[in-house]
Amino acid sequence: MSSDSSYQTYYVPEQSKLPIVMAIGLAVTVFGAGSMLNDMSAGRADSLAHWIFYAGALIIAGTMFNWFSKVIKENHAGMYSDQLNRSFVWGMSWFIFSEVMFFAAFFGALYYVRNFAVPWLGGEGEKGISNMLWPQFQATWPLVNMPDATNFTTPKALVDPWHIPLWNTILLLSSSVTVHFAHTALKKENRAGLKLWLFVTVALGFTFLALQIYEYAEAYNHLGLTLNSGIYGSTFFMLTGFHGAHVTIGGIMLTIMLLRVLKGHFKPDDHFGFEAASWYWHFVDVVWVGLFLFVYIL
Amino acid sequence: MSAVIETHDHNHHHGPAKGWQRWVYTTNHKDIGTLYLWFSFIMFLVGGSMAMVIRAELFQPGLQIVAPEFFNQMTTMHGLIMVFGAVMPAFVGLANWMVPMMVGAPDMALPRMNNLSFWILPFAFTLLLSTLFMEGGAPNFGWTFYAPLSTTYAPDTVTFFIFGVHIIGASSIMGAINIVATILNMRAPGMTLMKMPLFVWTWLITAYLLIAVMPVLAGVVTMMLMDIHFGTSFFSAAGGGDPVLFQHVFWFFGHPEVYIMILPAFGVVSQIIPTFSRKRLFGYTSMVYATSSIAFLSFIVWAHHMFTVGMPLAGELFFMYATMLIAVPTGVKVFNWVTTMFRGSLTFETPMLFATSFVVLFTIGGFSGLMLAIAPADFQYHDTYFVVAHFHYVLVPGAIFGIMAGVYYWLPKWCGNMYNETLGKCHFWLSFVGMNLTFFPMHFVGLAGMPRRIPDYALQFADFNQISSIGGFMFGATQLLFLYIVINAIRSGKPASQQVWESAEGLEWSIPSPAPYHTFSTPPEVK
Repeated sequence: MSSDSSYQTYYVPEQSKLPIVMAIGLAVTVFGAGSMLNDMSAGRADSLAHWIFYAGALIIAGTMFNWFSKVIKENHAGMYSDQLNRSFVWGMSWFIFSEVMFFAAFFGALYYVRNFAVPWLGGEGEKGISNMLWPQFQATWPLVNMPDATNFTTPKALVDPWHIPLWNTILLLSSSVTVHFAHTALKKENRAGLKLWLFVTVALGFTFLALQIYEYAEAYNHLGLTLNSGIYGSTFFMLTGFHGAHVTIGGIMLTIMLLRVLKGHFKPDDHFGFEAASWYWHFVDVVWVGLFLFVYIL
Repeated sequence: MSAVIETHDHNHHHGPAKGWQRWVYTTNHKDIGTLYLWFSFIMFLVGGSMAMVIRAELFQPGLQIVAPEFFNQMTTMHGLIMVFGAVMPAFVGLANWMVPMMVGAPDMALPRMNNLSFWILPFAFTLLLSTLFMEGGAPNFGWTFYAPLSTTYAPDTVTFFIFGVHIIGASSIMGAINIVATILNMRAPGMTLMKMPLFVWTWLITAYLLIAVMPVLAGVVTMMLMDIHFGTSFFSAAGGGDPVLFQHVFWFFGHPEVYIMILPAFGVVSQIIPTFSRKRLFGYTSMVYATSSIAFLSFIVWAHHMFTVGMPLAGELFFMYATMLIAVPTGVKVFNWVTTMFRGSLTFETPMLFATSFVVLFTIGGFSGLMLAIAPADFQYHDTYFVVAHFHYVLVPGAIFGIMAGVYYWLPKWCGNMYNETLGKCHFWLSFVGMNLTFFPMHFVGLAGMPRRIPDYALQFADFNQISSIGGFMFGATQLLFLYIVINAIRSGKPASQQVWESAEGLEWSIPSPAPYHTFSTPPEVK
């Protein structure tokens, strides 16, 4: 908002084919995904819908690659003013805020079932009359014995927070620190440090994911804890699953940043792509702390 | 305020491209605004046709025109299309056209993403509308898609509905982020926050609401998807979940959503009333704070939609009082609009007719909202036509009249031609009479106990329903006149001056009519 005379024209891109291809990709993906799930639930074994879904996903991935490449090229060509970079800052911040609200919906659901719905079903509290649906039901949390387990899988045991989840907490928290070291190194023009710390961050991130996959396999194969295990399984897998999906996205972002670092991208005063990826990483880290507290421990 | 018109030719700052590519590949905020507005008008007619089916069936008691299953699809699709396809895109269209011009920006902050936000919508609504022709029929569980109607008992097409909502949500979030970035980052030098036109202010707050609640909508439809296809039990009490959880999450989105559909209309009206009163807006600062308060309160009142669902007494009381509190900032706004007109030099061109009737009729909708907010009384009105009357009074003469007022007000700036004033006034009066005929009797049948979303009704409601239907057909047909007026203005209207309205203020009136393809490539200086 400076009124000095050195105003650099705000870059308004020319016509672009990227958005329409992206919109088509999204449409194909969701049509494929919808058909795929409907065919799956209807038990149609000869369904080809998953190919539509893959095709859409491929279009989206290809368009994103081209779109980001174009933005990077434009930035390297010096077409972006400081003001335009601030637009990216606002854009990424509000995008992360929208992601926070997405998780808030699931944390809110967890809060509601734990503090209201389940106790009421068990006959406690002001709406305890709902206990007349299943009078033998006892409210406990974690909810292992469901009011009516006919259509659900009763788990034998739950994930112990003090083994893999604790390690995962340590991994993810340290990765937030290492990505900060990488950022500091980048600002001090310490390329070797940047490469090292960024590599460590990516490695920690993917180790986290590997452990998470192992934990899921254990839960499904040995504990009998699945998506189908009533409201506990639902909230457990949806919260940790969406978090895992976001770690995957963040991990891909950071991997791309590492590849860009290896190509010689980023300057101490011009590295918004890196910063955005690191903010995203801090965000998935904070969400994990919430998960560890409210899903695993409490 | 000085206008800086781009005269020297940048290598990429020429006029629009030719043919269909202009619209499909465009990054220009004016093109994208136009696309949004035409798309929303098409959806308005599609959703309106569904309302005509509903009114035709309800013209007399008994089942005569459509099957009850199809009637349910019509009420559902009418609501979904009007909310997500007509009202929201129309406001985004107005924002695209006006926000950059009002703050002195060369375009929206992220122009390519802007194009993506729009082009998702035609695909999403094609997907949603195509469910009408699929096996099992379109979604039939009401636009609020309460579980378990929308999960256990839903047609298979609910899966496409869910994914459609996902991409519509993505489009809204991207659109909102773009508007926030434009307003916070692209204002011309000297355009401080408290100098921004109120339309810009209301959109800034709306965009914040969108970013906060569209992800929650995505969350709730994802829970539905998992319950339907992956055996989770979010909304199934047998597994420890709760169908009421659906309502809580949905209305946490849904209540801010209704303000998303009205705040930009507040902004439009706050631009128009001062112009035709030839006075400055009364209480600009209080308008800003009132809008912010309404937005804040919208997050803590959601359960007033669910008074009869079985909530603890403390919940009923909290949500009742919090809801009534909204009347305070809303009252501030109505007071300010009326006071702006007080002792003004008033003229009633079409935009002003729509704006003044907005103030009166929206207030009626606000009062019926207050009646509904009283928890013990709501037990009588709940799920009756009284609720239908209430929200149509805030959406039709509120949101829709706000949009129409904005279109008449800014159309000369967009296309460079005046619309036909006589026809514009005809459009207003026919809409005004038609709309009141349709929705006012609904208060009476609702208070007498006629339930909503049912294709048949008891004999004693017949007279009022016939009046409603006649009003509905009148209002519906009148919108074709609106289409004619707009096309007529674009093709053969009298050229408009730069100022258009004699005492209109703001940067958008400092540029020629029609607005050049690129405006404010270098920012103007705002004193």
